[in-house]
Amino acid sequence: MLVNTPNLNSADTAWMLISTALVLMMTPALGFFYGGMVRTKNTLNTLMMSFISLGFVGLAWALLGYSLAFGKGCSWLGGLEFLFLKDVGLSAQGTIPHALFMAYQATFAIITAALISGAIVERMRFTAYIVFITLWMLIVYAPVAHWVWGGGWLSTLGALDFAGGTVVHINAAAAAVVTATLLGARKDFARLAILPQNVPFTLLGTGLLWLGWFGFNAGSALAANGIAGLAFVNTMLAPMGTLVAWTTLDLMRTRKVTAIGAATGIVVGLVAITPAAGFVSPLSAIVLGLLAAFPSYYALLWRARTRLDDSLDVLAAHGVGGVFGALMTGVLADKAWNGVGDGLLHGNPKQLWIQFVACAATVAYSGIATFILVKLIGTVFQLKASDRAQGVGMDVTQHGEEAYARGEGAVLLPTEGA
Amino acid sequence: MKLVIAIIRPEKVSEVLVALYRAEVRGMTLTPVQGHGAESEQVETYRGTRVKMELHDKVRLEIGVSDHFVEPTVKAILAAAKTGEIGDGKIFVLPVENVYRIRTGERDQEAVTPVAATASDFE
Repeated sequence: MLVNTPNLNSADTAWMLISTALVLMMTPALGFFYGGMVRTKNTLNTLMMSFISLGFVGLAWALLGYSLAFGKGCSWLGGLEFLFLKDVGLSAQGTIPHALFMAYQATFAIITAALISGAIVERMRFTAYIVFITLWMLIVYAPVAHWVWGGGWLSTLGALDFAGGTVVHINAAAAAVVTATLLGARKDFARLAILPQNVPFTLLGTGLLWLGWFGFNAGSALAANGIAGLAFVNTMLAPMGTLVAWTTLDLMRTRKVTAIGAATGIVVGLVAITPAAGFVSPLSAIVLGLLAAFPSYYALLWRARTRLDDSLDVLAAHGVGGVFGALMTGVLADKAWNGVGDGLLHGNPKQLWIQFVACAATVAYSGIATFILVKLIGTVFQLKASDRAQGVGMDVTQHGEEAYARGEGAVLLPTEGA
Repeated sequence: MKLVIAIIRPEKVSEVLVALYRAEVRGMTLTPVQGHGAESEQVETYRGTRVKMELHDKVRLEIGVSDHFVEPTVKAILAAAKTGEIGDGKIFVLPVENVYRIRTGERDQEAVTPVAATASDFE
């Protein structure tokens, strides 16, 4: 076994080891972010929708998804040369071990699939959900990742997506809206006030997401270099801007700064800077972050007045935030900083059009493919929990556990088979 | 005067409150309780330990009403708390000897007659 292939760089490898762990942590963090915003009786179910992705989506990625995304293949889909991790060894992929690159990309596939759960909490049956996100990663995520990062047609076109604005956020949001629509609303939606059970969970999740996002964005440089430093700084500055703008909007509208609003603002800032992180100057990142609050803030208010039960606002945060970030990348990209390409403000208006094409293609493909996938799964599995099961709560009906069991009145049963 | 005590499903509380509000029944006290009735058992598993939950979460509503309000109150709860499954709960109507409103010292009929609430803003 090769221990030290000539092209491997120790610093790059060290940084990517840390980044991979950071991004893996974002999926449990997302579970807490979402889990705080549902009702007590659905806490475990919502957390599990994120956690389970670590298993099913992660394994499917290693065995098949990675090859579909990063195999040579054609401009639409990767080949099968890396099936079952064949030839994914310690030889250099760039300057890091190929196996580590595969693992780093796995963490992206895992969280993207889990992001969708925000639109379908408190009602989707768990087995159907597992089947759905696993197949979704293979059929929807892997091809789009190939288009943008695997040498596919969008990368040939010159679309700039540093860490996954289209691949991760727009992709997940389009799927989220389609799935929420096909599944239908929760039984209590728009009839009862559905309040978050644990806002501190949501803030905890937000903090851990921000921490993990340094691996997500700065790690996307795939090296410990200047671009990684730029992406790191931008990942810090942009959400600061969004947090300030969001809380100001909150203050002006309701005269109070809300904690859930602050958490949402930070996440929207992180989403928006994701495609731009390694392409724009730090000052541009602040501007991008400040402006990103507006479309998502008003999208959120608009959604609340519709019949769409996108329960935890995946559309407003990841869809609108993702599209805004992707388009602003085409406006603010600066070759003097990134060495790759300029945007509209630096004399290259065509980049904005390319960014638009990338967004539109992702929305179209993700929307249509998700629609077909959910319809097909629906012919085999019951997708939605009954009204009664929703009433009792998804924790007890789907998992046979409670998040906050008190134990009074619990009688020990003989162990099965004893 | 009567005291209406209702034991209902937690997931039905919001609907019952809306129904009571529509029936113009205002003052009430609400307590989360646990109880045991004929409801089917619920089995949960924690790391291989299987337990049967003998007690089910319920909510207890206590509503002091004047006599002519008993029927609308009971009707509202009956309609809003019902799922048709075992475990929907019970309503008890009890006679009340005296009622006092602490703020004013008013007694009986006056004490169970709601006053207009005033909005407050914790600015």
